[in-house]
Amino acid sequence: MWDKAVIMMIIEGIGETLYMTLISTLLGYVFGLPLGVLLTVTDKDGIRPNAAVYKVLDTISNIFRSIPFLILLILIQPMTRAIVGRSYGSTAMIVPLTVAAIPYIARMVESSLKEVDHGVIEAAQSMGASNMEIVLKVLITEARTSLIVNATIVTGTILGYSAMAGTVGAGGLGDIAIRYGYYRYQADIMVVTVVILVLLVQIMQGIGMMLSRRFDRRRA
Amino acid sequence: MEPIIKIEHLSKEFKLKDTTVTALNDVCLDINGGDIYGIIGMSGAGKSTLVRCLNFLERPTGGKVYIDGRDLSELSERELREERKSIGMIFQHFNLLMQRNVIDNVCFPMEIAGMKKAEARRKAMEYLQIVGLEEKAKAYPAQLSGGQKQRVAIARVLASDPKILLCDEATSALDPQTTKSILQLLKEINQQYGITIVVITHEMAVVQEICSHVAIIDHGSLAEHGTVEQIFQAPKSREAKRLIYQGYEKVTEMKGRRCVRIVFSENSSFEPVIANMVLAFKLPVNILYANTRNLDGVAKGEMILQLPEDRAAGDKMIAHLKAARLSVEELIDYVG
Repeated sequence: MWDKAVIMMIIEGIGETLYMTLISTLLGYVFGLPLGVLLTVTDKDGIRPNAAVYKVLDTISNIFRSIPFLILLILIQPMTRAIVGRSYGSTAMIVPLTVAAIPYIARMVESSLKEVDHGVIEAAQSMGASNMEIVLKVLITEARTSLIVNATIVTGTILGYSAMAGTVGAGGLGDIAIRYGYYRYQADIMVVTVVILVLLVQIMQGIGMMLSRRFDRRRA
Repeated sequence: MEPIIKIEHLSKEFKLKDTTVTALNDVCLDINGGDIYGIIGMSGAGKSTLVRCLNFLERPTGGKVYIDGRDLSELSERELREERKSIGMIFQHFNLLMQRNVIDNVCFPMEIAGMKKAEARRKAMEYLQIVGLEEKAKAYPAQLSGGQKQRVAIARVLASDPKILLCDEATSALDPQTTKSILQLLKEINQQYGITIVVITHEMAVVQEICSHVAIIDHGSLAEHGTVEQIFQAPKSREAKRLIYQGYEKVTEMKGRRCVRIVFSENSSFEPVIANMVLAFKLPVNILYANTRNLDGVAKGEMILQLPEDRAAGDKMIAHLKAARLSVEELIDYVG
């Protein structure tokens, strides 16, 4: 059974999984990073406190984070269909994955940015820096190590979600694991896909940690 | 002369859940250009809030702050940011950008001001030379000692070419030796570039070392202010006395006896005043404490004497000391 077709299928699965995971994470950051910045900036200790804006963003991101991914996937199927044209396949899965990623990323970004020492922000303010300059040159730059570490965690989580999406025909390794391992009782294929998933997470984790260390200047 | 910083009836209240905390209460103070002005008080007295009101990092809830005659409360956000560029600030914990190296930290304010990168770097090297750290240009803050970090912070402040420099407990995290060298550097900057310096501290030693003037803040209010010499020779407020008498622990044992504190200025130290007095009155006095302090480069002697039990004799002695043009005060309300 380990013929060419199965091997090709697994390679294709890896490709689809990486495609879904990386594109969703990237799109997630396109929306989640500004959202995280807004959450940090408008919080009561932020550089431009705004209780109303914070409360709204905070509530929305909590609601979306508390919906289990599989439910979210089904809930937003009409939206997925409207954007992609269909609700199955890896490209379609990017929509729910991104939607799930955005609030999660926003929270991660918020927690990274809040680690930045308030004194450094104050120093920038005392030099006449604008809020935009503080966000770009102080918050994001000073928090970059933590942002990279968190991006690694986010990617791992999205990879896990993409495998879950396999149950509804997302394609990718999760799909293979479920179709062969669960429906056809071919445990060996399932084990292989699981091992590959584990390896993928390991590799991403390794790359993330290496990058964060390379960019960290805080150690003597 | 118009003061460079004019503080008028400044108040700051912080609203907490159900209480209002008054951090500053009706503070009025003029700081003249070129001064090194000390603001001293215990922790929690409101001095850090006061210094943050001078560049509106904290907006006062009452009163006015004028910088060079400009009312800060009337400036727009943008104008305020421009004004802040001429008011530098250094901090207890240095607040350097940890992910930037030394020279890029110094470049930061010039970057904000929109200066070309090459020119900013060239100037940054000059400022690093002034603070004696040109060799560390490529190092990261984490590789520097506390004193070196504060020097980088000072170079960074110079880079915005300020007319005022606010120092918020700038030496409180440093050892005594490093403190001395940083204070020396601040003094040089004051003298060479004419930058007005406001020094926030809880240590009288810092004020004595470099300040020309001092204001004493107690529970959010201005207790006393004047030249360092005036305050040192004759502190009036309770808080000023407490700060100046910090070193007199041993004297507290003599509580209840009649004691006076005398301060010698330069000319009076040539005459053996105490010995002459003892000879004249034929009554002994007990020297409880004697010290020389360096006040802004001038040595000042101070001494605490326990006077004889006889009240009339004591009064005469005080008159005698005053006649010798010494600064004399009774330590009656001093309870340690």
